[in-house]
Amino acid sequence: MRLGGRVILDHVDLQVHPGEVVTLIGPNGAGKTTLVRAVLGLVRPSHGEVRRRPGLRIGYMPQRLTVDATLPLTVRRFLALWRPTTAARIEAALAEAGVTHVADSPVQSVSGGEMQRVLLARALLGDPDLLVLDEPDQAVDVHGQAELFSRIEALRRSRGCGVLLVSHDLHTVMARTDRVLCLNRHVCCHGSPEDVSRHPEYHALFGRHAADLAVYVHRHDHAHAGDGTVVPGEGGDCCHG
Amino acid sequence: MDDFILRALAAGCGIALLAGPLGSFVVWRRMAYFGDTLAHSALLGVALGFILGTNPMVGVIGVCVALALALVGLQRHRALASDTVLGILSHSSLSLGLVALAFLETLRVDLVAYLFGDILSVTPTDLAWIYGGGAVALAGLILLWRRLLAVTVDEDLARVEGMPVEALRLAFMLLIALVIAAAMKIVGILLITSLLIIPAAAARRFARTPEIMAVLASVIGMAAVLGGLFASMTWDLPGGPSVVVAAAALFMLSAVVPARN
Repeated sequence: MRLGGRVILDHVDLQVHPGEVVTLIGPNGAGKTTLVRAVLGLVRPSHGEVRRRPGLRIGYMPQRLTVDATLPLTVRRFLALWRPTTAARIEAALAEAGVTHVADSPVQSVSGGEMQRVLLARALLGDPDLLVLDEPDQAVDVHGQAELFSRIEALRRSRGCGVLLVSHDLHTVMARTDRVLCLNRHVCCHGSPEDVSRHPEYHALFGRHAADLAVYVHRHDHAHAGDGTVVPGEGGDCCHG
Repeated sequence: MDDFILRALAAGCGIALLAGPLGSFVVWRRMAYFGDTLAHSALLGVALGFILGTNPMVGVIGVCVALALALVGLQRHRALASDTVLGILSHSSLSLGLVALAFLETLRVDLVAYLFGDILSVTPTDLAWIYGGGAVALAGLILLWRRLLAVTVDEDLARVEGMPVEALRLAFMLLIALVIAAAMKIVGILLITSLLIIPAAAARRFARTPEIMAVLASVIGMAAVLGGLFASMTWDLPGGPSVVVAAAALFMLSAVVPARN
């Protein structure tokens, strides 16, 4: 992938399966956003391809969204803009994302954490097969992050949708993810969160202290195919989460 | 009341009706300078219309659309900031229009009327253009309303949802071009943008939804037309500028009147 003559991403192979949470991590400028934009179809890769299951519905939750102050728009109305929908469906999405209380507030007045959940509700309204979340931990405090991630976890279970998560730091999402792709212009390492946190390239990127932060015990119950696809192992309960 | 006054009122109110919702979009999308640039290019359209022997409105719409396309192309390069590109096109197209009109020696063009409007000389043909073009523009706007709002809020999100963002942006520019062609006679190309943005800006504080803001902007615009024309009759003032001054006065008023919420 080239942008403005610069190679941003090279040799990236990423797959997300239904019901699976895949996290992209990497330092600033690693190409995370570019990769996500390619998945969303917002940029066309200069080489290679993005394959989607036919009819795949993508729900995109951007990092942040600022609505011009001159536009009078309530949260409810904001949710109704993106496709023909019904009041009942909007109500359900608001409830599922836990933001019913701001439904009639101007969309510019809600807090960062509430806006995140409004954007989640918006993504849910499209009934997505794949949720793409771009650094959902940016705008919220630690408490909000934990809340948001357990919500996403619950959604993954109840809806069975795949989740592609972008994060700049592993330890906040570690316990919630099935697979991690560590990115720095190319795929440095990939695998289970535990594997990645032990990988030398990960340490090279994030420094020594990364290992101390990533306190997470993971029973390794599956093997990894060469391309990072999860292959269920023999026996053992699955203990992701 | 004389016919020409009635025609002036009808023309002004028609433009104000259309400028309400479109002007709201100009404000929401922060495209005031863009509107100005398109309006300035209208003079070139007038000259072209004379050269080709067609109605000047046709020339104006053609030049506005061509300029809008050129802008989309130039903005994609991003070598220059958007406002620099607009500034270059705005003034060079206005000057080009003035130069082109000067070349048409055989023709005496009332330049002041084109620059500042001549609302009292509105003909029945002009009225037909204003209401015909206005109806088309309004119908298009209503048809695209939800999607235009979505694109205004966030283009990337709209694109991911499968909306034809480029086409919508182009359709919006086309609507602006129609308004400019229709409003040129009323307030003149130098003042058209004010008729788009001042009523919308005045309406903002009193609106809870985009639709209320659009309708309020139309109402405020019509009030400005009535007030401006009345002042123009009473004290023998130039029509177009009087309408704009009335709109500005209503905007000042809106800033001090307490809003309901």
